[in-house]
Amino acid sequence: MIDPRVVRGVVGVAGLLAVAEAAGRAGLMDTRIMPLASTVVARAAGLAVDGEFLQDVSATLGVWAAGLVVAILLAVPVGVLLGSLPRVEAAVRPLIEFLRPIPSVALIPLVALIAASDARVKVTVIVYAACWPVLVNTMYGLHDVDPVAKDTLRAFGFGRLAVLLRVALPSAAPFVLTGVRLAASVALVVAVSAELLAGGAGGIGVYIIKAGSGYRVDLMVAAAVWAGLIGLAVNALLVRAERVLFRWHAARAGVAA
Amino acid sequence: MLDVVNLTHTYGTGPNAHRALGGVDLTVAEGELVCVVGPSGCGKSTLLRSIAGLVRPTGGGVRVKGRSVSGTPDDLAVVFQDYSRSLFPWMSVGDNVALPLRRRGLGRAARRTAAAEALSAVGLESAAGKYPWELSGGMQQRVAIARALAYRPSLLLMDEPFGSVDAQTREDLEDLVLAVRGHHRMTIVLITHDIDESVYVGDRVVVLSRAPAVVAADLRVDLPSPRDQIGTRELPAFVHLRAEVGRLVRGKPQLSKAPNGPSSIDKE
Amino acid sequence: MNGVVHRLWPVPVLVALWEAGARAAASTYFPPPSAIAARLRELWFSGPPSRLFLSDQALQDFLPSLARMFGGWAIACAAGIALGVAVGRSSALAGYVDPIVEFGRAIPPPTLIPLFVVLFKVDVRMQVATIVYGVIWPVLVNSIDGARYVDRQHTETAQVFGLSRAQRLTRIILPAAAPKIFAGLRLSLSLALILMVVSELAGSATSGIGYELLYAQQNFDLPGMWGTIALLGVLGLLLNSSFLLVERRTLSWHRRARQTN
Repeated sequence: MIDPRVVRGVVGVAGLLAVAEAAGRAGLMDTRIMPLASTVVARAAGLAVDGEFLQDVSATLGVWAAGLVVAILLAVPVGVLLGSLPRVEAAVRPLIEFLRPIPSVALIPLVALIAASDARVKVTVIVYAACWPVLVNTMYGLHDVDPVAKDTLRAFGFGRLAVLLRVALPSAAPFVLTGVRLAASVALVVAVSAELLAGGAGGIGVYIIKAGSGYRVDLMVAAAVWAGLIGLAVNALLVRAERVLFRWHAARAGVAA
Repeated sequence: MLDVVNLTHTYGTGPNAHRALGGVDLTVAEGELVCVVGPSGCGKSTLLRSIAGLVRPTGGGVRVKGRSVSGTPDDLAVVFQDYSRSLFPWMSVGDNVALPLRRRGLGRAARRTAAAEALSAVGLESAAGKYPWELSGGMQQRVAIARALAYRPSLLLMDEPFGSVDAQTREDLEDLVLAVRGHHRMTIVLITHDIDESVYVGDRVVVLSRAPAVVAADLRVDLPSPRDQIGTRELPAFVHLRAEVGRLVRGKPQLSKAPNGPSSIDKE
Repeated sequence: MNGVVHRLWPVPVLVALWEAGARAAASTYFPPPSAIAARLRELWFSGPPSRLFLSDQALQDFLPSLARMFGGWAIACAAGIALGVAVGRSSALAGYVDPIVEFGRAIPPPTLIPLFVVLFKVDVRMQVATIVYGVIWPVLVNSIDGARYVDRQHTETAQVFGLSRAQRLTRIILPAAAPKIFAGLRLSLSLALILMVVSELAGSATSGIGYELLYAQQNFDLPGMWGTIALLGVLGLLLNSSFLLVERRTLSWHRRARQTN
């Protein structure tokens, strides 16, 4: 017995494609501007075995991973520090509140002047964007630690550091991972945006620009579809990781950053 | 006024199906207050929800004033057990009471007057401008009763209306229901798991069997009016009736196995 | 007032440290805040006090940017709430639409800018389309969620008292879903600012804050770039806090009801 939800989902997607296809064929949309749904699907399938496009995908994933790793290495320690030192946190909070809303893409023109290579430009901007979800969720996780657990350890004569290592960090870990998951989606969007805005040697964004300059709308849309699929895959993987690693932890919602 | 004829309801299908109602017959005359009691999980709420049109019965029918109804009858109001969820927290108490009156085609001023009257009937004349969550649990349930009164239904259904308040408040609310029904000449079906309460407020007590529920007994309550929380409960007739209902709810096997239809025990 | 002073004292300290550090380093790339402030004043804030010191140039840059941002946001809000409530109230419809929504929100909106350029050509329409596509998802997802999980007792009460469809929608479902919807609106407002900048940087904008940022870059005007970025930060902070203010007022029942329960 197949889950009716799955059936409906498949029908929904198929229906949307069929409507788009019919609109194109009936002449409601100019197929020279907006290609047929079937064309886009065929192009997207073709891209999966297109060596040039796969190189662009791996370039995007490269800067994405680099930026995400640097962001985690920066934001987790800072988050732990701020989360366990409330006075420092109170002092730094106005700065965070001011820096967080700055659109990371607005940094691209500035960083492009300062940084030596365009890979560094992209990684810098990704790090900036990906830091916030990790930082905010790490701080939140440390605040959320059960005071009874902390007091229990203190009562047994453990010091601050021991409490941090044995209670605070393990119980904050699920929040950190949620922050990483949110950061991963943000980082992917920023990576592609940076490629679109700053250009460079390769990447999905660069591929889309090239396709655009040749008026190949079908390839542009097909590449955007792949960007979406990669985003879904990354998110699904991290959701799975959260489920496997932190089965015991109910509150997986996290703090949207 | 209300005729429930061989009402059946089954949740789900196949081997997991749960038969909640196994053919309930119930007649309520105009102006009567009938209490429905039964063991927990026996389908009391399913019966009420079927009458209110909130679940579609699997079989049988509901007639109000001789006309068979599908869906929610026009002249009907419900007071739910969980007042905190049946009042709308984004509206003031006055707006909560006045909301259903839009359907009665009343203008703004008329709605406000009717709401104020209903609130004063339940002793909350000064609460119209407050929000439900600013009131205690008992007061919130009074608001829910006021909302039902303002609507002037010919049939009022109450689903464990006093199940979530403390004992003192419960007694006050029981007396409130007896007082307002005297004024408004409403027909009331009140569902409760409290045997004392059913005998104290009811003109009749209908006992349901275990699920699938049928009417196991239908007892007339002959206690003098007006009833009094201390005096009435001391009367030998009250004590006797309470014991009788209690035994029936515990379930004598032969009664719950009764074939279709009620096996009524006629008092007097 | 005391609380604000108490909270914000680190701000002047940090600015002073930054100033000292930047002067010591004397790098072209990292101008001191005083230079940035002077450039900002020159660019946009030399107007009369009656206009909050905004110069003509500021009006010329800010108004189109903000108009596009709020316009796109408003369209996305209206469409997102309408669609979301419809989908949320029908479990069948939700089954058909859920995967499409999941996929649509996964596509990075900037990847569609070249497509919108081809489709709309006109700059403003392309920018608004980018903003709408980028910010509709949080509104849509939160509206679906909010409308889907309206307390059953609320809807049953409405049914018992015979409220009409329109009354159920405006009096019961929308207020019940409002806390979720507002959370989506707030998130999408901050996204709208980001997409406003992206669309101005990507397209061939001829005015707007993003355009000024590109112009400053081409002229190697580093104080101007730092200033514009700081301005965007302030703008984001202002947008978020003013929206929070509206949200608190509109949803005061929700906050207070939760405190008492």
